[in-house]
Amino acid sequence: MTTPDPSTPEPAAPEPSAAGLPDRPKLRLATVWLAGCSGCHMSFLDLDEFLFDLAAVADVVFSPVGIDTKTYPENVDVCLVEGAVANVDNLELARIVRQRTRLVISFGDCAVTANVPGLRNLLASADGSSQQAVLERGYLELADTGAQLPFAPGIVPELLPRVLPLHEVIAVDLFLPGCPPSAQRIKEAIAPLLAGERPVMEGAEMIRFG
Amino acid sequence: MSVITLSVNGKEVAIPEGVSLLEATRAAGVDIPLLCHLDGLEPVGACRLCLVEVEGSNRLMPACTTAASEGMAIHTHTHQLLDYRRMAVELFFAEGNHICAFCVANGNCELQNVAVQVGMDHSRFPYQYPQRVVDASHPLFAIDHNRCILCTRCVRVCDEIEGAHVWDVGSRGSHCHIVAGLDQPWGEVEACTNCGKCVDVCPTGAIFHKEDTTAEKLRHSDRPALLKAARDEHVWRNQ
Ligand code: SF4
Ligand code: SF4
Ligand code: SF4
Ligand code: FES
Repeated sequence: MTTPDPSTPEPAAPEPSAAGLPDRPKLRLATVWLAGCSGCHMSFLDLDEFLFDLAAVADVVFSPVGIDTKTYPENVDVCLVEGAVANVDNLELARIVRQRTRLVISFGDCAVTANVPGLRNLLASADGSSQQAVLERGYLELADTGAQLPFAPGIVPELLPRVLPLHEVIAVDLFLPGCPPSAQRIKEAIAPLLAGERPVMEGAEMIRFG
Repeated sequence: MSVITLSVNGKEVAIPEGVSLLEATRAAGVDIPLLCHLDGLEPVGACRLCLVEVEGSNRLMPACTTAASEGMAIHTHTHQLLDYRRMAVELFFAEGNHICAFCVANGNCELQNVAVQVGMDHSRFPYQYPQRVVDASHPLFAIDHNRCILCTRCVRVCDEIEGAHVWDVGSRGSHCHIVAGLDQPWGEVEACTNCGKCVDVCPTGAIFHKEDTTAEKLRHSDRPALLKAARDEHVWRNQ
């Protein structure tokens, strides 16, 4: 702790906000959705009235369910990342998120383990890649009529050879497993972050998979 | 019955001679994760989760298969052990295909439980996605090898308690897997009495009742111990 210099005036006490708490800059919160089913985001919306408390202390600066912004902004404090990394768009967004975010949370089993989207890795050929095999399975072998592979460069993102958990692509600061993590678990994980503390990720209520 | 004394994490305990270090940890009230061990079945030391440090030995010893002896001093929760245990559990997840979200044992699985116990919130090892099969040829039960952790509880319960010896372990290394009969479809093994004991003891969602779907498999892993007590000591559940 530094001793205050008596020659400089004390900084003015922050104005109390409506809630009676001193105003501090709102936390810049983002959520992104890679290869996942949106279930983690639905669970997030299940936070119900806690969302009002959250809105009082955090600005949602990027989110598929919260705001229309299409470009991931700079200086994000916390980002919840749902989904595994399965295609080139997922990979690009994951890297941008890492560059522009202080605390990245791997949000849900798909982000943490690759989970259901990762099942296509089981179709891997000898070189370990499954992108061709999964397309052939889905669009040719299982097609009733009009079998053809999707081809729209620049519009439909190309699949990566393997589906990867988020932490195999970028550094992750916190893991929030669950398929989906319950609203209660999400709350227990993010409420401490709002207070500038790290949540305790221990016990079945917080880290059991599935 | 003679009694021996030893110390567990610095605490003195007295236990009957001839029991394992696992009983010593229980006497000390210390909880260590177990997967292959099941009371009522012969211990085999397959999963290595119960490893402990024994003072004076530079090897880690599985508590479930190591005999306790007078004057031993063991440690169960050193940093090294905690680290190894978490690694071992991560490897179980990485070497199989565990998608808890749609598993029959979800929420009721001993592998999930030990993952929580060792504080595993992700795997640091890349998932291997091995090619494994599901054998649903039995009329009542099925085995999904994707979820098998090779604990051999099914092998032991069928041999030791049911006396049918349907299961064995086949192949080596990463190809190692549980085989029914002479590596036949389970449904073709005439020795199987349909008793369901292997379903009861399987710690994961690998062996299950066909009518159970996601998260519906119940745990009955206490049954071998009850049956053994009934047979050996004529002590029944309601006594
Ligand atoms: S066996 Fe257990 S750890 Fe494996 S998928 Fe099923 S619930 Fe998950
Ligand atoms: S049902 Fe009974 S007899 Fe058949 S394999 Fe399982 S334990 Fe053995
Ligand atoms: S099938 Fe179940 S009981 Fe048998 S070895 Fe595999 S995990 Fe263990
Ligand atoms: S419980 Fe001792 S080695 Fe598995």
